[in-house]
Amino acid sequence: MSLPEINTKIQETAKRLLKEGKAEVVIGYRQGTAPMTVAPHFARTEDDCNQLVWSNFAKINLATYLPKFPGKVALIAKGCDARSAVGQVVESQIARENLYIVGVACNGMVDVELIQAKEPRPVFTAEEDMATIKLSGEGWSTSLTKDDVLRRACKTCVCRTPKDIADELIGAETPALSPDDYADLKALAAKSPEEKMAYFKGLVKDCLRCYACRNACPLCYCPVCFVDETRPQWLGKSQDEMDTFTFHILRAFHCSGRCTSCGSCEAVCPMDIKLREFNRILEEEVQRDWQYVPGLNWEQKPPLTTYRPDDEAEFIK
Amino acid sequence: MSEFEPKIVAFFCNWCTYGAADLAGVSRLEYPPNFRVVRLPCTGRLNPKYILEAFKRGADGVWVSGCHPGDCHYIAGNYHARRKFMLLHHMIEAVGVEPGRLHFSWISSAEATKFQEVAKEVVEKVRACGPNVNFRKAELNLGLPEVA
Repeated sequence: MSLPEINTKIQETAKRLLKEGKAEVVIGYRQGTAPMTVAPHFARTEDDCNQLVWSNFAKINLATYLPKFPGKVALIAKGCDARSAVGQVVESQIARENLYIVGVACNGMVDVELIQAKEPRPVFTAEEDMATIKLSGEGWSTSLTKDDVLRRACKTCVCRTPKDIADELIGAETPALSPDDYADLKALAAKSPEEKMAYFKGLVKDCLRCYACRNACPLCYCPVCFVDETRPQWLGKSQDEMDTFTFHILRAFHCSGRCTSCGSCEAVCPMDIKLREFNRILEEEVQRDWQYVPGLNWEQKPPLTTYRPDDEAEFIK
Repeated sequence: MSEFEPKIVAFFCNWCTYGAADLAGVSRLEYPPNFRVVRLPCTGRLNPKYILEAFKRGADGVWVSGCHPGDCHYIAGNYHARRKFMLLHHMIEAVGVEPGRLHFSWISSAEATKFQEVAKEVVEKVRACGPNVNFRKAELNLGLPEVA
């Protein structure tokens, strides 16, 4: 299916869902005001629905907005959005009967930072189809292959087509990819503690602690985040190295067994920090210990809300 | 100061390890005095951020101890705690905290001798790691002259 066909299909579906009363609002994307951007779009009328689009630049996870709507909501979801929505149902943040997932077969989203690294000139317009991105600026134009500028998270996606969890599916199923093998993490684990700490502290040395990663994350729905607590205050407000480091460790810990590797956190990071490196540490551990992959099943309980009497923890004396 | 004496923050469950420490004391079993105990109602009460906070504020080691699996006063508190420990233990080592700094144990309130053994082992392992310099918050230095 080409992009315009998908757009038409999404708009028709959104209108139908609103008319049938299956949803009061349809959450999707609309074209952003700058080239190479899209914005979240909340369609409540037929007119709104005409603005819904699908794009290769749809980097943020729309499931983040779900807990903010009390009524019936339809979600135009790529694989990771659908998985996050399942996670929110499993964690009782939204009711299953209020959620309608319109899955869209996705073949990955592009990383705008990678594009800008390849093409630093100011871009005026970006045209796209399923495999190429055509950029043009003042007196120049160029074409990029989408696979060359794919986001890191999209290269190891385990749910490109949310066919099992979506209520309906748009587009033909995309071929599955091989999942993350964590080879780099395993290599890192063999190194000395000093090297490991230097690597991870180096990753976050530019962090401003703007908390954009938290705000974009579909898992971060706590009414008061631990970073905002003041009595006791777990994290100082200054740019202290240890405060930043602790924030990233705890953020990853809170996402353990829940993170769907959507890459929203990395996509919104203004300093281009590889935030998922922290998440992947526990992602691997959860998969190895409890064979749990979040967001693929409506019934399975998240690993930290349950236990087995024979959980093996040989490090406990 | 001739030899380095580690400071260890210990989180003990009220129903078992805290009792074991008590029994060890009453039984006159000698163990090193390097840890400061925080009494918890259950290891399930332990939030991982307490452990990070202890390190961040300058503890050289952290020791968490609770009831044996199956013996929890609240039925399943330590089962849930164990899953959290598994993740935290892995995380802490993966980001480069020395493996000898963070310790977990199950010690029932009758096991005073096990308490003594583990206490010695924990202190020795933390001592071997040396002072915690990489995983602590630097003291605020405003460059002001010291007031007498």
